[in-house]
This record gives sequence, structure tokens and C-alpha cells, in this order.
Amino acid sequence: MGKVFKYGENVDTDVIIPARHLNTSEPSELASHCMEDIDAEFASKVQEGDIIVAGKNFGCGSSREHAPIAIKASGVSCVIAPTFARIFYRNSFNTGLPILECEEAAEKIEAGDEVTVDFQTGIITNNTKNETYQAEPFPDFITKIIESGGLVNYVKENL
Amino acid sequence: MAMTMTQKILAAHAGLKEVKPGQFIEANLDIVLANDITGPVAIKEFNKMGAKGVFDINKVVLVPDHFTPNKDIKAAEQCKMLREFAGKQDIENYFEVGEMGIEHALLPEKGLVVAGDVVIGADSHTCTYGALGAFSTGIGSTDMAAGMARGKAWFKVPSAIKFELVGKPSKWVSGKDVILHIIGMIGVDGALYKSMEFMGSGLKNLSMDDRLAMANMAIEAGAKNGIFMVDEKTKEYMKQHRNKNKAFKKSMKVYKPDKNAVYDETYVIDLAAIRPTVAFPHLPENTKKIDEVGNVKIDQVVIGSCTNGRMEDMKVTAKILKGKKVAKNVRCIIFPGTQQIYLDCIKAGYAEIFVKAGAVFSTPTCGPCLGGHMGILAAGERAVATTNRNFVGRMGHVDSEVYLASPAVAAASAVKGCIANPEEF
Ligand code: SF4
Repeated sequence: MGKVFKYGENVDTDVIIPARHLNTSEPSELASHCMEDIDAEFASKVQEGDIIVAGKNFGCGSSREHAPIAIKASGVSCVIAPTFARIFYRNSFNTGLPILECEEAAEKIEAGDEVTVDFQTGIITNNTKNETYQAEPFPDFITKIIESGGLVNYVKENL
Repeated sequence: MAMTMTQKILAAHAGLKEVKPGQFIEANLDIVLANDITGPVAIKEFNKMGAKGVFDINKVVLVPDHFTPNKDIKAAEQCKMLREFAGKQDIENYFEVGEMGIEHALLPEKGLVVAGDVVIGADSHTCTYGALGAFSTGIGSTDMAAGMARGKAWFKVPSAIKFELVGKPSKWVSGKDVILHIIGMIGVDGALYKSMEFMGSGLKNLSMDDRLAMANMAIEAGAKNGIFMVDEKTKEYMKQHRNKNKAFKKSMKVYKPDKNAVYDETYVIDLAAIRPTVAFPHLPENTKKIDEVGNVKIDQVVIGSCTNGRMEDMKVTAKILKGKKVAKNVRCIIFPGTQQIYLDCIKAGYAEIFVKAGAVFSTPTCGPCLGGHMGILAAGERAVATTNRNFVGRMGHVDSEVYLASPAVAAASAVKGCIANPEEF
């Protein structure tokens, strides 16, 4: 279960992790600047297991894998949005940050709600509001990569 | 099944007769690219994968362009990692400071990408090479690592939107205005997960530099790739920009969409009707025609980047700045895409025009485009830039603003001190 941080549409990778911090790729250092340009308090407030819920096209912009890495390293357990920008979508699975596409959840969940996510079924439970939402399950191919433990292991097995 | 250009290229590289939208495939890669930001992460992942060597020393391209010449110690360490990896792996196409350029200006210039290629790059603007009739898309560092190791990547076959271009753009309208106009029309997620395929009788009125600028910004509409139909201009460009390395030899392959290929949508774009266009903060879709801009005072002008740092961009900038002065209290920074373009600017006398006008003329770097170095904005400052993104904080302080425009609009604005219409020059 995690507490929700809520953001609007088109959250881009420049606000998730501003380029001025890209002279490093150290996850903990990236995490300390996570969401800095959209929510200066995020890094100090976020706790292990918390969840980000946002509007459509989350993660648009640059291909920096530093964005999902920063979010994951900050302790966030899942990002929920109606749609994700495609490079961010790939990067999230490849680096092991779970993301779910669910329009209803993105609309109804509010900041501060307590939410539980079941990745097997794609069911998102809003404990605060006593509601459940059904997210798109992962495509088979993605499940294969996740089951290998990310793309690194998948490649290891297929080299 | 009838296929689009993108689908045909992907099918050929996956060894399949046909592919359908939504299908997952594994395709062979012709070029795998990374820079000094994404490369070091990719190298770490590459090592974790237990890979010994890259799949092909000619097909991996590494370009330190973002924080170079090294802006600080951390950036220097990242570049060092890239350089050492390139050395150890015998990477043929590693471009050191002094011979480098902004990656997406450099690769076409060096003839490293040809029509029909499949290219992945750990940089979102890798979609630029679609201008040459290649399938080319941005990916992250882990995909890059896997690509370097195996020479393959997984893709979900995209559906597509067709842009049928007709007519001829007016004098001060460039590819940048066309793509800003399109993004304004369909939005920053208007082509999400899809291909943008450009064709039509108006294509012949767009130069290669126009097309490269347009394909470059396909990602700003959320697209997986942007791709142009190959015509005589494309072939001529590729002839002029052949790669000199014998080991690299490759020939282009032209893929045309099937007659009855299915497109999710078709837009007819009349190039003659497009006005110089400006994208207001903080999204590329917030576009206005130059006639509706009003009085926007500016502090900085940035001309260059992988979108508009090519020779035609320099030429139009020089045309407007010739014999004029950059407005008082405005900083004008011009950075060409590659060392070759830099040299050509000197030969053509543009460098002198720029400096005499009171502009800064820099060697190639991504620099200010991503708020890295060489022109960061303070709180409350506004810039007109020929770059591709105007997100919050993109060029510096979170309270600064970036207005995206063509080189003609940017140069006119530098002289006037506010966003200006090049038609007045
Ligand atoms: S010029 Fe800007 S957009 Fe282009 S590769 Fe460099 S940072 Fe990215």
C-alpha cells in the first residue's frame, strides 16, 4: 500500500529529472532531485512504496533512462497514468519500474489517497475511497521480459 | 496485407513477409547510437549483461555531444567512460571533441544512415533520420546496451498517420514552421506510439534540411518515428554524403507504402498556407502564428541544435543578421550542428556576420538546448530558440521560458529584442 502523489498531463522527463543533474547516473543522487521542477518537496516527502498517479502521456520528452531510475530509486512502487510516452514505457519495463495504464484510476484517484496495486491481475484498489479499477494487463512479450527480471537478464539468457 | 513504409522496413529487418500493427517483433539493427549522457548508463548495463564485445564495431556510434567540451568534472568522467569503452571495443565511429557534432546532425552528414535502415539511438531525437527514409527511433540506455550486445531490438509494430504535403511554402517558412504547425494541430500525444509518414506532391518543395528538422520533432508529437518518402533529393543527399569507410559500405533501400496501406488518419497539409509559427511555453503544441504572437520581450536567442543547426539554418540567420546588431540586452548564441558546418560558416563569411552582429558563435554542442551549459536562463528570463523542447526548466531556471521557432524568426527576434516576424526584414 502506498500514498499517492498526483500530477497533471504530459509530465515530461525534464521535470522528472532535470538535465542539469544528468552529469551523474548514480540512482540515489538522481532520486534526490526526482520531480524537482514540478514538485520541489517530492524528494523529501516520498516514502518507500508510494505511488505516482498522473494524466496522459506521462514521461514524454527525452529518452533519459535516468527518469524511471530516479522514480524507482526514490521508493515509488508504481506509476499509474492513462497513457505513457513510448520511450518512457519501454525504459520502465527495461529497468524494472512497474507502470500501469488505467484511465479510470488516473481520473478518480486523488493526491494523498492510499492505494494498493496487484500486478498479476492489474487491479488497483483505492483504500481511501473504497473503489477498485481495472488496469490494462501487461502484453505477453513484456511479461516475458519482466519474468526474466528485466531486459538485462533477458539478454543474458539470449546472448 | 498492405503495409506502410515503416511496417515494410520492420518486416524486412525481422525476416518476415509481413507485419501487423500491435505485433511484437525482433528486428536486426543497422546502427546503434548513444551519447555522453545515455552511453555511460548503457555501458554499465552492457557489462551487467555479460556481453564481451559489441555486435559490430562499425555499427555502434558514440557521440559525446551533450556536456562537451566537458562542462565539469562529472561530465568529464562520463565522457572518459565513453572514450575508454570506444577504445577498448575498437568502435570505429566514436567522434571526439574537435571532430564531433550534435549526433543527429552528424550521422546523416557522415553517411552513417541510409534509406531503408533500422536505427535505434539512446536519444529521443534519433527519429531525425526518418528524413532519409530510414526507420529510426529513440530508446533508453538498457535497450541500447542490448542492441550493442545482440544487434537486435524488440519493437511493437506501430500503426501510422499519413501527412500528405501539397503546395509550396512561402519565402520565410521552413520545415520547422511546418512541423510546429502539425504539432499544434495534433498535440504532443497526437501520434503516440505511431509512425508519422510524410509524402505528397509538396515534398519536392522541402529541402533535406527542412525534412531533417521535421523528422527530428516527430517525437514531440509522441510518435515512435517520422519517415519521409524517398525522392530525388534524398538520393542526391545520400550520394553527397557517402561514408568513406570501406568496411562500412552499404547501399540504400527504398520502401514505398503499399497503395492500399492502412493509415489511422490522413492529413492534407497545404504548405502554402503555413505561416511562421512559434510554440509558446511550456509545450511544443502551444503554437501561434507569428501574426498572433503580440509583444513578447526576450533576453536570449539560441540558434542551432539537432533541429536547426544545419547549413540552411546558418544561411538564413546570416541573411537576417548581415549588417545588423543584436538588440541591446539580448544575448544571441549560435551553435552549428557539426564541425563541418562550423567550417562552412567560416568559409561562407557567416562567422564574421555573426560576430559583427554581436552574437556568440560556438563550436557544436548540445549546450543550451537542454539547459546543460553555454547559455542557461535565470528566473524570469525568456528565450527564443530553434531547438525542439520548451518544457518547464528546459533551458535553465524553472521560472524561465522558451519559445520555439525557426532560425528566421529567431534571428529576426535577436535584432528586434522581441519575438519578430522575419517578413519585416
Ligand atoms: S541538440 Fe538538444 S535535442 Fe538535440 S540531441 Fe542535443 S540536447 Fe538533444
